[in-house]
Amino acid sequence: MTPTASSTASTTSSHAVFDDIVRSDSSLRRFLHGLPGVDQVGCEARAAGLATRSIKTTSKAYAIDLAIRMVDLTTLEGQDTHGKVRALASKAMRPDPADPTCPATAAVCVYPDMVATAKQTLGDSGVNVAAVATAFPSGRAAMDIKLADTRDAVEAGADEIDMVIDRGAFLSGRYLDVFEEIAQVREACGDAHLKVIFETGELQTYDNVRRASWLAMMAGGHFIKTSTGKVQPAATLPVTLIMLEAVRDFREQTGQMIGVKPAGGIKTTKDAIKYLVMVNEICGEDWLDPDWFRFGASTLLNDLLMQRTKMTTGRYSGPDYFTLD
Amino acid sequence: MSRIDVRKTYKLYIGGQFPRSESGRSYVVNDAKGRLLANAAQASRKDARDAVVAARAAFGGWSGKTAYNRAQVVYRIAEVLEGRREQFEAELRAAEGVTPARARSYVDASIDRLVWYAGWADKITQVVGNANPVAGPYFNLSTPEPSGVIAVVAPRGPLLGLVSVVAPLIITGNTVVVIASQDNPLTAITLGEVMATSDLPGGVVNVLTGSQTEIAPWLASHMDVNGIDLTGVEDAELATELEVAAADNLKRVRRPAPDTDWLAEPGLDRMTQFLETKTVWHPIGV
Amino acid sequence: MTFEYAPAPESRAIVDIKPSYGLFINGEFVDGNGTSFKTVNPATEEVLAEVAEASDADVDEAVKAARRAYTRVWSRMSGAERAKYLYRIARIIQERGRELAVLESIDNGKPIKESRDVDVPIVAAHFFYYAGWADKLQYSGYGSTPLGVAGQVIPWNFPLMMLAWKIAPALACGNTVVLKPAETTPLTALLFAEICQQADLPPGVVNIVTGAGDTGRAIVSHPDVDKVAFTGSTEVGKAIARAVAGSDKKVTLELGGKAANIVFDDAPLDQAVEGIVNGIFFNQGHVCCAGSRLLVQESVADEVMARLKRRMATLRVGDPLDKNTDVGAINSAEQLAKIRELSEIGESEGAERWSAPCDLPANGYWFAPTVFTGVSQAHRIAREEIFGPVLSVLTFRTPSEAIEKANNTPFGLSAGVWTDKGSRILSMANRLRAGVVWANTFNKFDPTSPFGGYKESGYGREGGRHGLEGYLKNTEKGADA
Repeated sequence: MTPTASSTASTTSSHAVFDDIVRSDSSLRRFLHGLPGVDQVGCEARAAGLATRSIKTTSKAYAIDLAIRMVDLTTLEGQDTHGKVRALASKAMRPDPADPTCPATAAVCVYPDMVATAKQTLGDSGVNVAAVATAFPSGRAAMDIKLADTRDAVEAGADEIDMVIDRGAFLSGRYLDVFEEIAQVREACGDAHLKVIFETGELQTYDNVRRASWLAMMAGGHFIKTSTGKVQPAATLPVTLIMLEAVRDFREQTGQMIGVKPAGGIKTTKDAIKYLVMVNEICGEDWLDPDWFRFGASTLLNDLLMQRTKMTTGRYSGPDYFTLD
Repeated sequence: MSRIDVRKTYKLYIGGQFPRSESGRSYVVNDAKGRLLANAAQASRKDARDAVVAARAAFGGWSGKTAYNRAQVVYRIAEVLEGRREQFEAELRAAEGVTPARARSYVDASIDRLVWYAGWADKITQVVGNANPVAGPYFNLSTPEPSGVIAVVAPRGPLLGLVSVVAPLIITGNTVVVIASQDNPLTAITLGEVMATSDLPGGVVNVLTGSQTEIAPWLASHMDVNGIDLTGVEDAELATELEVAAADNLKRVRRPAPDTDWLAEPGLDRMTQFLETKTVWHPIGV
Repeated sequence: MTFEYAPAPESRAIVDIKPSYGLFINGEFVDGNGTSFKTVNPATEEVLAEVAEASDADVDEAVKAARRAYTRVWSRMSGAERAKYLYRIARIIQERGRELAVLESIDNGKPIKESRDVDVPIVAAHFFYYAGWADKLQYSGYGSTPLGVAGQVIPWNFPLMMLAWKIAPALACGNTVVLKPAETTPLTALLFAEICQQADLPPGVVNIVTGAGDTGRAIVSHPDVDKVAFTGSTEVGKAIARAVAGSDKKVTLELGGKAANIVFDDAPLDQAVEGIVNGIFFNQGHVCCAGSRLLVQESVADEVMARLKRRMATLRVGDPLDKNTDVGAINSAEQLAKIRELSEIGESEGAERWSAPCDLPANGYWFAPTVFTGVSQAHRIAREEIFGPVLSVLTFRTPSEAIEKANNTPFGLSAGVWTDKGSRILSMANRLRAGVVWANTFNKFDPTSPFGGYKESGYGREGGRHGLEGYLKNTEKGADA
């Protein structure tokens, strides 16, 4: 049987409680549009308020190590090579070669054709390989190609799949198509964890971000992720706030935890700590774990390392003392 | 043998009706030469209380009408007054002993004043309201709203002063309990007849006749009255007493001005003094 | 391991609190003739300084100085020149912003986050805004004739902000002032006096006299005061209205409130919860326009309460100077006693009390953020202003019931509405009898936005073009000042 994105009546959701909702486009639309609205100004004010938290000394040291452990160290360039990926994987395992107490990152994130290389380097280090699939970043391909892309990455050893949703379908209200696409990719993932990328910069409104979050959670995504990093704006604090509220409310309703991954544009320790404060205050400490929160980033890691060194040595460090990979 | 006149009984004007004073009292009103004109009802504190109840009951409906509608009603009062001008001129001549020309000029001015205020109904908001450019993503608008039930001590004189204090209050949506000039109460009740036949909802204007000293303190201390206009209070001690009593529920107070030149064009402040400014904020977002 | 935030205290070193303070009269600090009093840090009960009390004679001196400055200097100066003084003051406030914020938090107990990010920026903005009016009064719609000497009495909840709301428009319009800060929070007003010196403001234009009720009474009843502006309790407001009866004094009063914050079932719930929290726990609930009555639609009451309590549990109560503190200290022992008393009454009347779990410091005046459910309109905690971090929750079923309950109070200062339906917002905003209606937001302030109440919440407006009216003489023929 050739899987397609066309809607059939046999869709089921991650929880039986949602089965009636995902029966048709209209029932799905009624549900998603019945979620409480988001007031943009209030949401942004809340995010800005949390961003004024001042994290110092011991709490800062804790936050920096946690942030390092949450990084999906990412390279998603046309110019990527096996050498580049091997170097990145090495860095993920030992971010600060001079300091063995420095934790490893959560994963490296690469295109599917680089999965095998990354896996080879990482071995059983505990650092996962995440692969972007489903015609990343635009998501513009036939369904069978997206599924093949996914299976290919999983077969090559990917532990995690970062898929993109069909934003065109979402924005034109074909929610059931998006739902089924996620559900089918999830199935194709097998044991690999699925992160669902919304490309929030294209969804434009916070209401859409909230709806996309629920759609992905009901369809079986393990993580919801803001952006590909290829569209501006990528991750922002308010967008992440909406997604954190969604996973918090989803657990309230189903008992199930979903992870959140802001990606793109998070470059400094200061930024990362703001996100961790937000996780702490919106979702609570259960989510303060690489299993439930990740940063999709590349340059962030070096800033975390510089700040980490500053904390241990008491003096400011410089970029020359950290590897550029 | 000449025909016997059918004399008019002057009563109060409360809630659109013309009741006698519940106290059953009346007092003699003389003309300028001291001859009996008529008996006027002498309102009691209970009449004042009933008038406040009527004014409060009318407030929601009257203030909720469109400004255009209130303008039409007040303009209609002017029209009806114009139609009955001979009667008013006669009453003014009788009450004050003025010349026909003078009586005519007062009636003219009263009608013109009503027309002037009628036009303000749908403009005052534009003149005293504001869009406020706050430093943030918020829509912010300030608009005037009527204060509520206003008690008024009308100035001396039968008509022009009375029209000049009542019109600015009702045009903005307030409802009014007015104590007519003690010496010239009859025209006030005739004006009530004009208002009663001008589509003005009952209770928007309530006219009490009788003793200022007796009734005004009850209105000044009444906790369901939102403002008091002391324009016609000539006794400074009484004025202070009334202002003190008005503080019990923080009524908006307009202090006495018995010497006002009622023929001069008024400013806005008879309207604005009994307006509240409401400012509404709303975020601007998508 | 949990993510504990280490202490992040703002440095106190930036402020220099003197052991004692005099009165600021005619551009100089002078001794007072009353019995001096102590101002304490409500977070620690530490005595901060000894402050002079202005006697009747001191107040008279201050009024004389203000009158002289009015007649000889300030009323003769062009608006453009007055404006430059006000701009100068606004700039110095910005320059010394951190110092003002720290001092405000020490003397008042409010979190540094608020004094730094809300109070002080609004203070500077307020002076900046009214500075610009000084030479444009002829376009204001209220004429350009000042009243003379303004006597101003302000409360302890926003010491500096209330000072700005009083002094900036008064000076812009050409008046001179005698201002009394609250007895528990005089320090920032006295620092402001120093700022007036730094700005070379002509002596006597601003006079600051410290003291309690007697000093306030002396200002209000002084025969040479042309204008009285007061922010504070409705009870004192009424006493002032009585005291000025029969005089020519112009009066503006900004008094108490018991605002309804109305949440409909289609509200943006997460933002509504933030609005509820901001509405009642901002500044420890020491806010006259606080959203102290939550009216929540029955169909979402349980969900809103669950979200609210979860959110309240994350509020950080403690050291006002810690940058992460959300709720600071209650301003005084007296106020704490009043909050406790009314809360106990709430319980004894049968309402259900819930307080956020938080450790309160051993010293100082503290009250945990508290919410009462099962409150009815008949309860005292639904009618009286508690002026503390205590929320009373009532429910409603229809828009009309919400309006009825919201307006069922002698107050009328502010109100909140939360719904995603635009036409309903406008309908509610029309029917609410309150001077400020916040729709899908709460407790927002801006120099351009008029603020003030209906009914027993007072009269007159502060802020915006409307704020000029209270400081200008109506010169229209036959006008009542």
